[in-house]
Amino acid sequence: MGTHGHTTYNFDERFEFTGKAKTFSLVAIVVGIIAIAYGFMVNGAERTFANLLLMGYYFTGVCAASACFMAIQYVAQAGWSSGLIRIPQAFASTLPIAAIILIVIIAAGLFTHNLYHHWHHEGLTDPDSPHYDALIAGKSVFLNAPAFLARQVIFLGTYSILALTLAKFSYQEDLNGGLSSYRKSFKYSALFLVIFGFTTPIWAFDTIMSLEAHWFSTMFGWYNFAAMWVSALCAITLTIILLKRAGYISWVNENHLHDLGKFIFGFSIFWTYVWFAQFILIWYANMPEETVYFYKRWEPEYKPWFWLSLIINFVCPLLVLVDRDAKRKESIMLFMCILLLAGHWLDYYIMVMPGTVEDHRGFGITEIGTAIGFVGLCAFLMLSKLAKHPLAPKNHPFIEESLHHQI
Amino acid sequence: MSNTKYILGSFEHPDDLMDGIDKLQKANISIYDVYTPMPIHGIEAKLGVPPSRLPIAAFIFGLTGTLSGISLLYYTQYKDWPMIIGGKPAAALPDWVPVTFELTILFCALGMVATYYFRNHLFPGRAPRVMDLRATDDRFVVAIDAKENSNHEEIESLLKDAGAVDVLHNERKYVSYE
Repeated sequence: MGTHGHTTYNFDERFEFTGKAKTFSLVAIVVGIIAIAYGFMVNGAERTFANLLLMGYYFTGVCAASACFMAIQYVAQAGWSSGLIRIPQAFASTLPIAAIILIVIIAAGLFTHNLYHHWHHEGLTDPDSPHYDALIAGKSVFLNAPAFLARQVIFLGTYSILALTLAKFSYQEDLNGGLSSYRKSFKYSALFLVIFGFTTPIWAFDTIMSLEAHWFSTMFGWYNFAAMWVSALCAITLTIILLKRAGYISWVNENHLHDLGKFIFGFSIFWTYVWFAQFILIWYANMPEETVYFYKRWEPEYKPWFWLSLIINFVCPLLVLVDRDAKRKESIMLFMCILLLAGHWLDYYIMVMPGTVEDHRGFGITEIGTAIGFVGLCAFLMLSKLAKHPLAPKNHPFIEESLHHQI
Repeated sequence: MSNTKYILGSFEHPDDLMDGIDKLQKANISIYDVYTPMPIHGIEAKLGVPPSRLPIAAFIFGLTGTLSGISLLYYTQYKDWPMIIGGKPAAALPDWVPVTFELTILFCALGMVATYYFRNHLFPGRAPRVMDLRATDDRFVVAIDAKENSNHEEIESLLKDAGAVDVLHNERKYVSYE
């Protein structure tokens, strides 16, 4: 009776991780290693560590927010995304490795005093020491090395375990069918979202805000979440477009792209909203202990980047992605995803650099090379995970809805 | 020549309706409109309905809101009676952002609701335009202009063939004006 055009797709299709994709990602990793070595020799450990932290945090943030994307789809019982769920799943499966890399960077930076030296230094909390800092001493209940590292391990460990569990349920669903995997996914997703929602701000306070431990902003956590979320959406969309161009996932069409485009557009505006909410209160109240953050970012070497970040991350998506047709065009979306991924790198650069790098400031081979290296690493790990399982969750209860998605 | 203005075929199932549309289109019978109690995916493309222009209206309303916000603040805070608040300049742009933002949203939302009501003849006191009352409940109705398509028997048999549970020959367009 059905008169819908039923196209049959090959749901056992697998991504083959060979050829150009593999070569490029391996070359990028080598470039990254060379750039990091160059950084340590020429630019100093401080700047190289800041770069490693930036990219480690970016990479982990993208993977964690991808797990969040997946969990939201399960909790909302969304149908449209079921055909493309394997891509965020691949990112989420990469989270444990990303988390380990980030924890190693953080621990190394902490103990070599290249990172977090604003609060982690000899005598900062000792009243008899000449280095005594009453502000830091007051915060030392929360900001001390063991508690800090424990929080990193607990947060990232919990996200990783839950992300892997969600991916595991989805693979079991492929083998066994039925609804039991989906029901379990729903429960674990709800648990993940509650934990992730409450702990990401604290994780962002720890990892990035404590670089300048004298300053604080309660908005900072959500501001970071917005940046992570937009960059994860861009990474997912970019992967989907490139997979489609390589001839895979023919069941994902411009309707799915449109929805992802709406997500990117909406959350770019949300990012600006939170960015501005943080900015206007500090600007308006004009209190020295708060304005120090923006004062540093308005120094001549950072000011152009500061404004450029707002143009890329707010004005560009606002003007380009507001149009319906733009969100449905592969080439425009590809361009916007790359632009926003670069834009959020810049956003993190402005968050991390002014507070960490005192000597050898600047932008050069170390920055670009480290970024390329981590992009290669992310692509390599994520695509290896993606190649292990079919590209469609063929027993997903809403897979038909995704095939007929139309907006 | 009969007085029939519109022929309405009502279906119980959306798949039958889509089948009926296919059959009518194959026989070159132009469809006036289709009424369904729920959205059906792919029906706009099949009928060749142009995309809604509501987003354009929304954009224009939003822009009106933005400009109203900026003009209001420019006049009250800077032009008419310059006010220094908190040591900031009278034309302190960051301060203007929240008001401008809210007015943009307000104008956009209210404007879209008004446009929607206007286009659908839904404002209070207006009788709704309904060709078949059951299309608002559980029937999927396809309407054919009887003046444009003269072969009424063929249309009726086509609709019945496709699984129409009822075919009406209405002599007036809207039945809801009682």
